[in-house]
Amino acid sequence: MNTSKITIRGLYKIFGNNPHLALEHVRQGVDKDTLLKQHRHVLALDNINLDLQERNIEVIMGLSGSGKSTLIRHLNRLLEPTTGTIHVDGDDVTTMNTRQLRRLRQHKITMVFQKFALLPHRTVLENITFGLRLSRDTPTKDITQKAYYWLNRVDLKGVEHYYPAQLSGGMQQRVGLARALATDCDILLMDEAFSALDPLIRTDMQDMLLDLQSELHKTIVFITHDLDEALRLGDRIAILKDGALVQQGNAQDILLRPADDYVRRFVADVNRIKVLRVEALMQTNQDALATNTPDADSLTVTAGSDVQTLISRVLVSNPTSIWVVNDAGEKLGHISRKALAQTVVAEPLRATLQ
Amino acid sequence: MDWLEDFPQMSRESLRALQKSIDLGYREFSRNYGEAIENFFDPLLQFLVGLEKLLLATPWPIVILLLAAIAWLGSRSLRVVAGVVICMLAIGFFGMWEDTMRTLSMITVCTLLSVALGLPLGILMARSDRARAVLTPVLDVMQTMPSFVYLIPVVMLLGIGKVPGALAVVIYAIAPMIRLTNLGIRQVDPAVLEAADAFGATAWQKLRQVQLPLALPSIFAGINQTIMMSLAMVVIASMIGVKGLGQPVLKAITNQYFAMGLFNGLAIVLLAIVFDRVSQHYGKRLQKYREETGQ
Repeated sequence: MNTSKITIRGLYKIFGNNPHLALEHVRQGVDKDTLLKQHRHVLALDNINLDLQERNIEVIMGLSGSGKSTLIRHLNRLLEPTTGTIHVDGDDVTTMNTRQLRRLRQHKITMVFQKFALLPHRTVLENITFGLRLSRDTPTKDITQKAYYWLNRVDLKGVEHYYPAQLSGGMQQRVGLARALATDCDILLMDEAFSALDPLIRTDMQDMLLDLQSELHKTIVFITHDLDEALRLGDRIAILKDGALVQQGNAQDILLRPADDYVRRFVADVNRIKVLRVEALMQTNQDALATNTPDADSLTVTAGSDVQTLISRVLVSNPTSIWVVNDAGEKLGHISRKALAQTVVAEPLRATLQ
Repeated sequence: MDWLEDFPQMSRESLRALQKSIDLGYREFSRNYGEAIENFFDPLLQFLVGLEKLLLATPWPIVILLLAAIAWLGSRSLRVVAGVVICMLAIGFFGMWEDTMRTLSMITVCTLLSVALGLPLGILMARSDRARAVLTPVLDVMQTMPSFVYLIPVVMLLGIGKVPGALAVVIYAIAPMIRLTNLGIRQVDPAVLEAADAFGATAWQKLRQVQLPLALPSIFAGINQTIMMSLAMVVIASMIGVKGLGQPVLKAITNQYFAMGLFNGLAIVLLAIVFDRVSQHYGKRLQKYREETGQ
């Protein structure tokens, strides 16, 4: 169903005086620390292979220094790769000339920044039209119309003649979002776009983004260091560590099947019951389905609902058994109380339930 | 142990020979190319002469009205306009109108020249680290070399008069314009520049729409400094025949006429204040966003 919009293959980025020589060392097996200490080069991206799918919100997550901001800047070539290819809709970004690259940035890939990066000397309206005016492809009349359309879509009506510094952080980032959306690019790069905002505003912005996305179906590459944000927004999540890709998958994959200890530590503090869906807990083997049958005192839940809702219903009705059904009401699987209990408890305590 | 007490210097003859050969070489150069260079600067001379004649020929009330209008257009402040009118009336009342008009025309031309040359050089210096490495020591020399010293070759080359005077003033006054343009552009927030890149701006669009507007406060400080330095230089330039407020000051120094020196000196100060207030208000108005946001 989904096709790859951005395909990254064998991408390396090394910072230093002679990155290509350093790359030889890396290929011969020199690790990141040795490269830094003995050769004075920084291995920022280490053989990244990644597919980012069309119409998805693809989250790239990692701690600071993991290379996520470096990676996103390669997609529109704000940074030059040391080696590797990046195909966007089949065209290799790494071999584009200046002119092609400018067109790519004007019409295909746009960007929202952590520190907003608005033009302080221009009004909100002028900021929103910034990208449109650079390309000179849109008539002036349409530009103004478009600007007002996006101004309204991000709830900024009435502040169009203000300067950025007169607005709050959340409002400034909505200008940043409108500026990006007004270009009609189908790829939106968001570099820690909500990280500089306080928590309540951040949640509002996440809602606004999800709301817009349900209608626009852009390909959004969203960088964050915040796992809750990643789980909330991401159709899929890619986790970077020390410049290398550790795992890519959806929220359920990451929570239930962490690829290594790094990811496991990452997800340890997450409120799992809010994220996990009931299907993740159900048993589908025929024996289990045959030995238990629903009766008057059992509970049925629809696939796709989260575990938190299930637990509250279990506590209220105290059912004899729990069944997962699809939208048509057909039985999909059975959830044991023990499986439910295990999801609530942190991993080290889980043995006590055995 | 002679060499410890007396510095082991080159012999007097060879020193004289060296200086002589430099002098002769330069004299040769000015003989061969002097005329060509003079012709090259002829349009500048015409401009200087024309503007001065125009200012002198125009009746004084019209000049004051014009200056008031420029002050209003630049500052949109009645206080500044009133200040300009009062300064000019005082200058005229104390009998320094003509000299002031001469100085005014000189300063105007020198400032225009300094901005026209300094702005592109400053941009070049900001864009290329190599250009900065070359220009910085040149600017240091231009600013620290005693100004009398570079009057000498200019006079040898072009004689005495307005053009060498204007050149000497521009050499002296252009440095802050170049330096502050460079500084202003280099101080632009890199995040904003990255955003311009990410939206596909060309280098020219970035310069016009992002770097220059954001460097304006610094650029205006540069223009302001340039004006002040050319006013200061006008007195020194009077030594090579530049007419205006500098000449009476020079005369006052040689004859110990204290009051005469003071009055003409004060006229220069008043001109400086007029230029300064108008240009600063104009610079501020160009950055409305800073005032409104209290930055």
